[in-house]
Amino acid sequence: MSDQIIEVRGLTKKFKNIIAVNNLDLNVYRGDVFGFLGPNGAGKSTTIRMLLSLIKPTSGSIKIFGKSLKENREEILRKVGAIVEKPDFYLYLTAYKNLEILGKLSGADTSKNKIMEMLDIVGLSKRANSKVKTYSHGMKQRLGLAQALLHDPELIILDEPSTGLDPQGMKEIRELILYLSKTKNKTIFLSSHILREVELIASRMIIINKGSAQIEGTVEELLNKDKLTVTFELDKIDEAKLIIENSVWKEKLVTSSNRELSFELIHNEIPELNRFFIEKGFSVNSIIPVRSLEDFFLKITESNGK
Amino acid sequence: MILLIKIELLKIFRKWRTYIGFFAIGVLVIIIQTALYFTGEGYIKSLTRGFQESFIMVGNLFNGYLVANLVLNGLVIHIPFLIVLVGGDLLASEATAGTYRMLLTRPVSRLKVVSAKFIAGIIYVFLLIVWLAILSLGVSCLLFGTGELISFSGKLIIFSRDDVLWRFAGAYGFSILSMTTVFALSYFFSSLVENAIGPIVATMAVIIIFLILSAIPIDFLKDLSPYFFTTHMVHWASFFNDPVDYKEIIESAIVLFGHILALYCITAYLFIKKDILS
Repeated sequence: MSDQIIEVRGLTKKFKNIIAVNNLDLNVYRGDVFGFLGPNGAGKSTTIRMLLSLIKPTSGSIKIFGKSLKENREEILRKVGAIVEKPDFYLYLTAYKNLEILGKLSGADTSKNKIMEMLDIVGLSKRANSKVKTYSHGMKQRLGLAQALLHDPELIILDEPSTGLDPQGMKEIRELILYLSKTKNKTIFLSSHILREVELIASRMIIINKGSAQIEGTVEELLNKDKLTVTFELDKIDEAKLIIENSVWKEKLVTSSNRELSFELIHNEIPELNRFFIEKGFSVNSIIPVRSLEDFFLKITESNGK
Repeated sequence: MILLIKIELLKIFRKWRTYIGFFAIGVLVIIIQTALYFTGEGYIKSLTRGFQESFIMVGNLFNGYLVANLVLNGLVIHIPFLIVLVGGDLLASEATAGTYRMLLTRPVSRLKVVSAKFIAGIIYVFLLIVWLAILSLGVSCLLFGTGELISFSGKLIIFSRDDVLWRFAGAYGFSILSMTTVFALSYFFSSLVENAIGPIVATMAVIIIFLILSAIPIDFLKDLSPYFFTTHMVHWASFFNDPVDYKEIIESAIVLFGHILALYCITAYLFIKKDILS
């Protein structure tokens, strides 16, 4: 595909006897917000470091913008902005100076206006001349975003960009990512342990565990494939339990309490069961699907861990 | 490359530890100058006591040149301690601070990064020795005036005042080469670890071990001594011999330069191959 931004094939990294990344394939297309998910130690950061040539792969190939990273490292990195794990800066320099240095090395416009504009976008313009050692973790995270965006890269690789941010900050980051993707047509490679975030903003995603890909696809596809745990809040709960025990829905019942019945259902079974209760004369007070990407993620990683 | 060197210099000179060397040299030289200001004449008498019965000493022997020579003798041995504070920190501190992740994801080759840091480090060494020269020679000449230089290295030599400055220039130049070797060693150690303390201690350990081994009067160790770079580091003093043994100076300079080049190449190779895990 001509619009493929990242193409990874058979990527493997071994540290002595430990296989950190095992035969991983990745496909990221232009305009994607690509969610990169996995539990701690799954190999996410190692993969990101290989994508940025901080670590050399043991085997496999990485192509970015259709070119081999090994042979075109500098040309590729000119068009890539990144935060790798927590953003660390020269603490003894000001935020402005840090951005100026990193921007110059990336070939960015490092005029005062441009740097201040970028600091303004991430809400740090008033602290531009403070040394980074006086910054909180959240502020460093914002500065990390500023340095990643300063040279207007086509591909933005963000490793846990919301870590350390308060809910408002997380929302702002989410909005910024969506803005960059939708308005600026940037491609975002987003690794996060906050799965809800990925669910909200990613268009495609991959889940990796123990260095290997477990599942890959659009967020919608992956969610629809899975079963939901749905809780029905009903009146006459004891009577409802009896009716369920004697129906085809018995096998779907997971838990029950004196107010609720929880079922494991696929998506189109929810209205069917709702209809069933109404036809039997029950009042359905609420239907709560509790499945999220997190449940899905846990199921995938747990089932592969067994 | 120029941009990278400028950035590395900015980073070096924005750290307070960089100024420890300049401050320490400043304090030491001022203390030595003050002590000599009050006791200098007595020092000259004790230095020439053995010759006073045979020779009549005339002219101004206690002057800025003598003070500069004494400072050089005393400090050149100890400046390595100050050099490694910066050399050992250059690469390791980036690993400690995690800034490699920012620096090495820029579109700049690792060879350029490691070379720029190396050159910036050499500029630091150069400036430190120039600072030493300004304080020990420049300020001493202003305070004590100029005159003949009395030098005692196995034999007593008195250089006329117009035969001195070029010797100092040679000695300071050779000191830059010596100290660059120390820097290159600490830079090499700095590439191996993720904490600046290790390279500082390791470099000083190597220097101290070599100096001790050179000083032990055992034939086997004496035979090994020419292979220790520390043996060649002290040949700045050869500029104050008469006649100057240029062959010895050039040989030592080649050995030191060879060490610098080898250490730089090994460091660059390791740095390029390094997986950035910090």
